[in-house]
Amino acid sequence: MSATFQLDGEDIPFTPGQTIMQAAKAAGVYIPHLCWHPDFPAHGSCKLCTVKLIDAHGGRFGSSCTMEAQAGMSIENRTAELDDKRRTLLQMFFVEGNHFCPSCEKSGNCVLQATAYELKMMSPHFDMFYPDRPVDASHPDVLLDFNRCIMCSLCVTASRDVDRKNVFAMGGRGILGRKIHINSESGRLADTDFAVTDRAANICPVGVILTKRKGFAVPIGERRYDKAPISEQVKEPTA
Amino acid sequence: MSFELETASHPETLRRVAIEPVSRVEGHGKVTILLDDDNKVHQVRLHIVEFRGFEKFIQGRPYWEVPVMVQRLCGICPVSHHLAASKALDMVMGVKQLTPTAEKMRRLMHYGQMLQSHALHFFHLSSPDLLFGFGSDVAARNIVGVVAAHPEVAKKGVLLRKYGQEVIRMTAGKRVHGTGSIPGGVNKSLSAEERALLLKDAYQMVAWSREAVGIIRGLFEQNLAQYNAFGRFRSAGMCLVRADGAMDLYHGGLRARDIDGKTLFDHFDYSRYWDVISEGVKPWSYMKFPFFNSLGPDEGSYRVGPLSRVTMCDSIPTPLADKEREDFLAYEGGSAAGATLGYHWARMIEMLHAAESIKDLLHDDDIVGSELMATGERQERGVGVIEAPRGTLIHHYRVDENDQVIRANLIVSTTHNNQAMNTAVREVAKQYLDGREITEGLLNHIEVAIRAFDPCLSCATHALGQMPLEVAIVGADGTVIDEVTRGSDGLTRHLP
Repeated sequence: MSATFQLDGEDIPFTPGQTIMQAAKAAGVYIPHLCWHPDFPAHGSCKLCTVKLIDAHGGRFGSSCTMEAQAGMSIENRTAELDDKRRTLLQMFFVEGNHFCPSCEKSGNCVLQATAYELKMMSPHFDMFYPDRPVDASHPDVLLDFNRCIMCSLCVTASRDVDRKNVFAMGGRGILGRKIHINSESGRLADTDFAVTDRAANICPVGVILTKRKGFAVPIGERRYDKAPISEQVKEPTA
Repeated sequence: MSFELETASHPETLRRVAIEPVSRVEGHGKVTILLDDDNKVHQVRLHIVEFRGFEKFIQGRPYWEVPVMVQRLCGICPVSHHLAASKALDMVMGVKQLTPTAEKMRRLMHYGQMLQSHALHFFHLSSPDLLFGFGSDVAARNIVGVVAAHPEVAKKGVLLRKYGQEVIRMTAGKRVHGTGSIPGGVNKSLSAEERALLLKDAYQMVAWSREAVGIIRGLFEQNLAQYNAFGRFRSAGMCLVRADGAMDLYHGGLRARDIDGKTLFDHFDYSRYWDVISEGVKPWSYMKFPFFNSLGPDEGSYRVGPLSRVTMCDSIPTPLADKEREDFLAYEGGSAAGATLGYHWARMIEMLHAAESIKDLLHDDDIVGSELMATGERQERGVGVIEAPRGTLIHHYRVDENDQVIRANLIVSTTHNNQAMNTAVREVAKQYLDGREITEGLLNHIEVAIRAFDPCLSCATHALGQMPLEVAIVGADGTVIDEVTRGSDGLTRHLP
């Protein structure tokens, strides 16, 4: 029998070396997350997957995507305390970018939006930043709308490690300065060897990297998160 | 040039009455009236004070996003913008002919919109004035009052609108702000279940729409002199017509007639609309004043919407509505067809046409087809024109080689009707306000004239009378002589 740890009181089996997040996903239990993807090493940057490891001193917080599972651990996940913190983090994501769901073609398929619904985020709460972020429409098949970027860096990893093209890089400092850069002399996507079939072209959890001329082709009701909340789709394949 | 009562010669000597905001009319409408010491009207202006900015902020956006984004202009008739933008972008995609399923799904969506919007306009927003009288007790002059006094009328109005909203939901995905129409086609057809569900009530909707025509006809018969004279003025008109001259609310060529009914242009290809109409500006209004080029800015204003469509088409392609059109045109020597309140009668005839068209489309097997999209050779420019509930709606876009919108021009129905609404309001002010004390009931006469054209400067909440109305009477020296407010409870109070 494999070792287990407790997640919100439920026994979760794991194999040595698995993280809390990996074991939870394998068991079909949802831990909210944005930057983590099962096919790639953990990035640990969004902090939405923060859980609480109960110990003799009350407990300590950690990212479940980087925390290795140990037998006998007791972990809190969907508690009011943690979901409150996650909601605040989400609100910060929403105000840092320009997320206009009503006219966004990623609506219904967007992990950020689905997570906000899951965590019952009712308003952005904080003042909007309205950052000035460009749209790069130069590529014939792919549109980049950086207004919606949440800096998960999945495109950077996929382009570097799977496509072997290094099209994207994270650069700059500060909330408004840090952003995704395009690895070409002009800074335009058209001047890279990026292709619509690349892994990086199909990994964005939000509406930044989009295949052109396909927006709104899937009717309301048939989009991924129209059918069931994100917490009930843990076993479904991730894009 | 200035129209009669548009600009007073010595405004500084007059006192100013402002109806702001105009209630049961949407958005931020405002009417200002300048009166002399004898309460004689010297100047009347209808201002639409909202600034939308859509034409600017869609610049740089990918073109396929536009039909979903621009429909946010409005919560009452978003489908019109959704479809007009889609038609313009069909042209950008080089699609000259949609698949039969796509065209019929779009038409079904449009007729659903026409049904719900006309029902809302007539029953929720205008029937309180018509059933209770323009100057009746303001506390009861709303849809809740109609429910209490005429429960059957109110119920049918509410259910007609609900049915139209269901048609929209099943074609667009949502009752308000759906995504069903996309450049080149649609993203869904009807399922067999959806078709059966809509068919179940389709005949009832036709019957109720027919009754609704009877209601407005009955109101005309009871108040003939008042209805025929109210805000009456002669006007040129414009609408889309089908190749055979019949009414077509979704597609056609432009037809225009001057004030005497003489044809100015007919079956004009709307993709070059600027050859026949231009937009004028006036220093006192944010809204433009379109005019026919051939008549110029002074003489070339016109009206659009149900009255223009029903009186200018050669026929209506559904039998019950066409019979009603003939009766309307023949009524009392054609007098109702020239009345401002004739808009409501024409509106109900169109609602009947929409209900009949929905029923017919639901019997057409293309509506459950699977060929949804067409393709073509990409173009730089696209113009889409549709007959929206309030009138002709023009969307015009230029899209660059990267698929980004670089220019947009929208001429909405309310803009086409700008001069006509101003004229109607002036006529009413002359008829009812001259030389009399200002009362809430009298001011409502002005709102009644605006509502005949357009409730749509509004969001649906205004229908319950929750939109406060403020009227300020300002003396010649700028001091406030009297201030009246109408609260969310519908009661009017003088401010201390």
